[in-house]
Amino acid sequence: MTVPVLSLTDITKVYGRGDAEVRALRGVSLSVDRGDYVAIMGASGSGKSTLMNILGCLDVPTSGNYRIDGTDVGSLDERRLAVLRNRKIGFVFQSFNLIPRMSALANVELPMAYGGVGAADRRARALAALEQVGLSDRVGHEPNELSGGQQQRVAVARALVTAPALLLADEPTGNLDTVSTGDVLGIFDRLSVAGRTIVIITHEDDVAAHAKRVIRLVDGRVVEDRRQAPVDGPPPRVPEVTA
Amino acid sequence: MSRLEILRFALRGLAANKLRSFLTTLGILIGVAAVILLVAFGEGASQSIQQSIQRLGANTLTISASFAGGGGGGAFGGGGGGGSRVAGGQNDGPRTQARPLTLEDARALTDRELVPSVRSVSPVVTANAATAVHEGASHTIAQLVGTYPSYFEATNRPVESGTYFVNDDVLAARKIMVIGRTVAEELFGTADPIGGQVSVSGVPFTVVGVLKESGSSGMQDADDVAVVPLPAMQQSLTGFGALGSIIVQATGADTTDSAQAEVTAVLDQRHGITPAGVADYRILNQATLQETIGSTVGIFTALLGAVAAISLLVGGIGITNIMLVTVTERTREIGIRKAIGAPRSAILGQFLLEATVLSLVGGLSGVAVAFVGTRFTIAGISPVLVPSSIALALGVSVGIGLFFGGYPANRAARLRPIEALRHE
Repeated sequence: MTVPVLSLTDITKVYGRGDAEVRALRGVSLSVDRGDYVAIMGASGSGKSTLMNILGCLDVPTSGNYRIDGTDVGSLDERRLAVLRNRKIGFVFQSFNLIPRMSALANVELPMAYGGVGAADRRARALAALEQVGLSDRVGHEPNELSGGQQQRVAVARALVTAPALLLADEPTGNLDTVSTGDVLGIFDRLSVAGRTIVIITHEDDVAAHAKRVIRLVDGRVVEDRRQAPVDGPPPRVPEVTA
Repeated sequence: MSRLEILRFALRGLAANKLRSFLTTLGILIGVAAVILLVAFGEGASQSIQQSIQRLGANTLTISASFAGGGGGGAFGGGGGGGSRVAGGQNDGPRTQARPLTLEDARALTDRELVPSVRSVSPVVTANAATAVHEGASHTIAQLVGTYPSYFEATNRPVESGTYFVNDDVLAARKIMVIGRTVAEELFGTADPIGGQVSVSGVPFTVVGVLKESGSSGMQDADDVAVVPLPAMQQSLTGFGALGSIIVQATGADTTDSAQAEVTAVLDQRHGITPAGVADYRILNQATLQETIGSTVGIFTALLGAVAAISLLVGGIGITNIMLVTVTERTREIGIRKAIGAPRSAILGQFLLEATVLSLVGGLSGVAVAFVGTRFTIAGISPVLVPSSIALALGVSVGIGLFFGGYPANRAARLRPIEALRHE
């Protein structure tokens, strides 16, 4: 069998000390295979954002072992972590997190700039990614000239332009209206069909219904791990979306 | 990630806040321009002062009588005659009083044996405010000088047209005159003064030459002058009394000090001054004067520079302040950049470059402003650019950018992405 994209073993995360100690994660073990589409669900305070930060290498676990594509993250120094974030992970945030006063194209080019891709190649790939999310006509616009849904699509383009092993989305539809939510989830479904590994964090059942696998967190522990569709098949809602 | 790329990010960061970038640059600009300009003005002032000292003559000593000193005032003062003066007690009668400078003193200074460092000796008698008349035109000459021909060279006053008078003229006490530019204009107007007759106090002099214009130094018009042979002056105007001063020219710039020592020895001996006594004459050494004034002006320039340096420092603190604000304001952006894989070096480089570009642009425009500023003459001083001050000011401004930008840049680079992202 191939190496799983994500492999977490007994991950814990503790914030604060003494009386103020908060145990956000109390031993999470989890493995995500290539091509899977996982929704991590939980109420606020369940530790899902903490888990997301650890998965994205933005935060380090207090204990436990975490591997991305077989690489042990705990053993990496800051410089290598930056490279790892750049090459292996694509982020989509709830609040879009585009860089203001930079055009959509420049925002999408940014991860490749840090990754050392040449200017011409970078431009071509950024344009292709923007086309993939249906924003070919908006490449020159700055974030404040775009609607929320468009901004999030730019963010998705930025996340997938480096062809990362893992696409991490933290409540990607949390700030969007129904139509834009549909647009963004449709893009995720198409990416999943294309074989991209996706982990999406949400508290909405409608969003989770698009995933092949749903993991539910309560108080920092995995309480449910339900498969809705096979790893190598299409995601469950694809016919509905395309119809 | 290439350096060019980081530079582009830095420029974009600066362009995002143009007014702020401009104001910060302005602070550095003013600092750098102030340093260069003030140093240039100091240097200009120093050079113009040196020049006007030089104009007084090269390597010369001016000896003038000083009535404060002398062997003792016993012969004159009734109350001071009680032998209280040490010098007076050691010398015989007539020598105890302050003696004026005489022609014999001047001749003694021409002794090659005793004063080898002396090139020429010019005894000088001056009459102030002598009225000269030429065909109805009348002018009061500020300085009428009776002297020897060596005076012209010693005091650096070449003749522009006509000739000098020579030693024969002195021996024969001919009534001839070399006049300054102002005198020529006042008495002759546009006419050629050479060969013209000028009468001073009823005594007719023939003009043989006109001195080259030397400009005014301070209050005095150095061209309002007339020079005549010493005996002619004494015969007709001042009488054969004491000399006003003796101008001694040393053989070279490095011998003025030894010339001064030799002259002092001769005059002390002639005037009966003991080592403990106070001399009855004064020696004004051109080189010493130049040195003293030079160092004074140097201190002045350093002070100006220090004041300017403070403004440069304030500009630097302005950069730190702006960079700190920028880093705080863009914390979230830094978090995003880090989340999508920006290494620490890229963040550090971007903010350091932003600070450096600010200070470099400010510094270079400061140099440009200083260049323009030094084209103007202000308060009679034409500034002289000192290259080292340009290098220093530019170096300091870039150094300030790196140093004062370093702290905020480092803070930005060290931010943990998760904390930066949470920042609102």
